[in-house]
Amino acid sequence: MPPKTCALCENAKAILKRPKTGQQICKDCFFHVFETEVHNTITQANLFARGDRVAIGASGGKDSTVLAYVLKTLNERYHYGLHLFLLSIDEGITGYRDDSLETVKRNQQQYDMPLKILSYDELYGWTMDRIVSQIGKKNNCTFCGVFRRQALDRGAAVLNVDHIVTGHNADDIAETVLMNIMRGDIARLGRCTSIVTQGEDTIKRSKPFKYAYEKEIVMYAYFKKLDYFSTECIYSPDAYRGHARTFLKDLEAARPSAIVDIIHSGEAFEIREEIKATQKIQQTCKRCGYMSSNDLCKACTLLEGLERGMASSGITDRARKKLDAEGPLPENLRTIPFYQPPSGNPNPTITIES
Amino acid sequence: MTTISLRIEFGGGLELLFSNEKRHTLTLPSMVSFDNNSKISADALSGVNLKPADVEYLVFYLRDHLLQERPELFIEGKTVRPGILVLINDTDWELEGEGEYVLQNNDEIVFISTLHGG
Repeated sequence: MPPKTCALCENAKAILKRPKTGQQICKDCFFHVFETEVHNTITQANLFARGDRVAIGASGGKDSTVLAYVLKTLNERYHYGLHLFLLSIDEGITGYRDDSLETVKRNQQQYDMPLKILSYDELYGWTMDRIVSQIGKKNNCTFCGVFRRQALDRGAAVLNVDHIVTGHNADDIAETVLMNIMRGDIARLGRCTSIVTQGEDTIKRSKPFKYAYEKEIVMYAYFKKLDYFSTECIYSPDAYRGHARTFLKDLEAARPSAIVDIIHSGEAFEIREEIKATQKIQQTCKRCGYMSSNDLCKACTLLEGLERGMASSGITDRARKKLDAEGPLPENLRTIPFYQPPSGNPNPTITIES
Repeated sequence: MTTISLRIEFGGGLELLFSNEKRHTLTLPSMVSFDNNSKISADALSGVNLKPADVEYLVFYLRDHLLQERPELFIEGKTVRPGILVLINDTDWELEGEGEYVLQNNDEIVFISTLHGG
């Protein structure tokens, strides 16, 4: 095949075929369209306000590294006026998280941003390794995801930020839509395509890479020679998401636009009124004050199960009933500290590693 | 029999399947068996249907000679597993004909996996 010229600048050699559009473009045009599309996503959704303090959920992986790089670039190029921070969560997974945290520390130097690391051990008293040794390899993603969500909010509260951004990309969101359909999770299906999520007592959270293809993020990192960590979580081979991911990759191979099309379908879903009426209203957890659909938030429920040696009580109804039958929470059991959402105080209350 | 020298690079965690080595150099014959059989000896080749060595052949060659474990994480059918990106001389292989691209001497082929956490 003869070398093609870039469809956009018609000058340089094309090095990439965009899955989203099928266009064949050169390296510089690729950088430009990728960055500009993220900028458009941000401005069209009105994600930020001048002076916002923004925490980037940073794992050291490809999405969060590229996100930190691109946000820093756009912040400077378009004068968003944002204060950017890196926020990292240490779940305590040996051989995975400890290595990726080294990458985040390098990112901190490379992008010149303050970094805060919060660990499951200090927050909950349990590392993921310890949790998996207790509950086995099924449902451990539930624990990790629930604990991480709270951990990010708490870390952000400590940094006193207005906003958390995560590197979820188009592939991730399309997988989530498929997973929620496969599991009949209507409540999540209605929420999972929102680019911004905000509760009364939680920090605004958004996904600037919502429409960015994973392939393009990887290519961007490769051509820009960005430093990232790339190994699968050692517990992920058993994860349910794997089914959705494999299916999605096959769909993408046949028809690349499938990914944004699935997101579009997800956005267009409307939940029937009679189903909506049965959905639980949001309240706050009676034990730790975090947002919850029930009296106790999921994290407190999971932690109680772990502490009382009945870990699956957070997962199955039968185990929950068994736990309740045992009586109320013993006095000396570890619980999660009470959650204080940021009060809008401009002075951070904790020193940041820099 | 002419040979082709190639530089291979693995990224995104794929190197773990290839002795944890990101960079490899190999030499391939310029004409290979049509059915991607890389274990056939040089003298037996003349009796077999041949094609110029292409990327499709390279993928089979890597599986048969360099891959240490779990072939299903690298190859699926006659091509790489979906989610693995291939660059030929820093260009998306989709622009170069994918598996049908005929390898040239001193080409650099990069395989990057996207299948891990971000």
